[in-house]
Amino acid sequence: MDFARSLALTAPEILLSVSGLVLLMVAAWGGDKASRLISIAAVAVLTACAFLTAPTLWGQAMGAEVSAFGGQHRADAFAAFAKLLIYASAGVTLIIAQPFFDKARAMRAEFPLLVLFASLGMGMMVSAGDLLALYIGLELNSLASYVLASSLRTDERSAESGLKYFVLGSLASGILLFGMSLTYGFTGTTSFAGINAALSGGLPTGATFGLIFMLAGLAFKISAAPFHMWTPDVYEGAPTPVTTFFATASKVSALGLLMRVAFEAFGNQTQAWQQVVIFMALLSIVIGALGAIGQNNIKRLMAYSSINNVGFILIGLATATRAGASAMLVYIAIYVAMSVAGFVAVLLLRDENGQQVEAISDLAGLSKTRPWIALAMASVMFSLAGIPPLFGFWGKFVVFQAAVQADMIALAAIGIAASVIGAFYYLKVVKVMYFDEAVDVVKGQGEMSHTVLLVLSSLAISPLGYLGTKCLGTLADYAAAALFPVG
Amino acid sequence: MIGIEHYLVVSSILFVLGVLGIFLNRKNVIIILMAIELILLSVNINFVAFSAFLNDLVGQVFAMFVLTVAAGEAAIGLAILVIYFRGRGTIAVDDVNRMKG
Repeated sequence: MDFARSLALTAPEILLSVSGLVLLMVAAWGGDKASRLISIAAVAVLTACAFLTAPTLWGQAMGAEVSAFGGQHRADAFAAFAKLLIYASAGVTLIIAQPFFDKARAMRAEFPLLVLFASLGMGMMVSAGDLLALYIGLELNSLASYVLASSLRTDERSAESGLKYFVLGSLASGILLFGMSLTYGFTGTTSFAGINAALSGGLPTGATFGLIFMLAGLAFKISAAPFHMWTPDVYEGAPTPVTTFFATASKVSALGLLMRVAFEAFGNQTQAWQQVVIFMALLSIVIGALGAIGQNNIKRLMAYSSINNVGFILIGLATATRAGASAMLVYIAIYVAMSVAGFVAVLLLRDENGQQVEAISDLAGLSKTRPWIALAMASVMFSLAGIPPLFGFWGKFVVFQAAVQADMIALAAIGIAASVIGAFYYLKVVKVMYFDEAVDVVKGQGEMSHTVLLVLSSLAISPLGYLGTKCLGTLADYAAAALFPVG
Repeated sequence: MIGIEHYLVVSSILFVLGVLGIFLNRKNVIIILMAIELILLSVNINFVAFSAFLNDLVGQVFAMFVLTVAAGEAAIGLAILVIYFRGRGTIAVDDVNRMKG
């Protein structure tokens, strides 16, 4: 494995970092006037990275070598699957952010750059083959995300959400790091393969502590209960395009990282983490469903919904099988489409002064005043609830199928029962939009780009999405296979 | 003779102090920043101690990376604190409550 091969395997990361630095120079000289140019360039770079990454989806099936820089970086099918989702989410974020910040007169040239660097960190997270690469990727992503959350400087809530995200995110990194130091100490290595080999005989007490600390730190990052408390505040306070970024790209990368750690580093000790993951999954589903009930802010509701959905995704992890991992990836891909549709629909809701409408009570009678937005919002809600004709059902279906195949029927049964409870608050939003007296608050005109994205993402989660199940399932199977050693 | 377990005890105490510093402190966000640094330093003690104990350099390299990232983290934390202070005029932890629920 030579150096040139390593560079070729890390081409998307190199392209992202070099173009990020070049654009930083453009931002330094061009100032905020250059922000539109930089946004367009950043979307182009992300598209190029996606094209560089896509062939890797099939690469491993052809038996190509995937590990670069002595195993620090793994450019396998799993990483490619996650990276495509990350780059797509980052691109969507940039497209919807430009008009949003222009309207608030707060567009900064640094914004697209921070999104680029965060995507770079996320790509490194899902490609990590070593604790060191994991940590650097995670921090690159987190540090950029803290700034993104507080980027709307005219809004007090934005600064507050940035502060909360920073404090709790740093605490999570600290806990994760403490776990990594213990794991290193008791296995003598930082590479995932080495840790897995060292633990093939048994789990020393110190490494158990390391595993638990690492799981706790990662649970923070994916906002799984009982480490979810930052999520509602950050989702509500952050500017809506940034919230979209957190709900899609950040979630994909953190879940991808969790899967890598669980299957690659601790794959020989599945029974040690399975119980913890089952506990987190059930608690997330219940807390997500119950916490959402009293909410009147639509972004807060989406935050609880994301906690709830992470619970369902973790059911796939709890099975600790290849089918479970594949089901998780399918669910994550569908969840990204649902989140994009949901948050873009929220972005289109503006009152007559052009301010964002976020209160659910202000959506009353939306079906009469803005029938198409109401229809899109309703399909997002039904999809998140997992009601059959919509595509969100498919994600839940594959996850529960994997759980039943792994003989975890009780877990699947509790999950299905909890998803019925969760349907209550989704349906409440639909009821407010369709059956309540119209209040006619939503007036302003939406952006063309937002409307196009809303139509595209709504089509993806509509029953038309089922046309893609076979393709999505095959790709997810390839990706999941990359996590498990051959045989 | 000071063994690896002594280092582990010290780093664990520092880690717990750091976590408690975040949750028990009700006065000032700056103290939270200090508590985060304490957590990262406890991790560094762990890494360096394990590195010496295992005769493996990776732990010390890791400690250097952690130090660097910790510096960046402190800078970003203070920057966020400054824009927060500009908007609200206070950095008391109890006042960070614009959003609830």
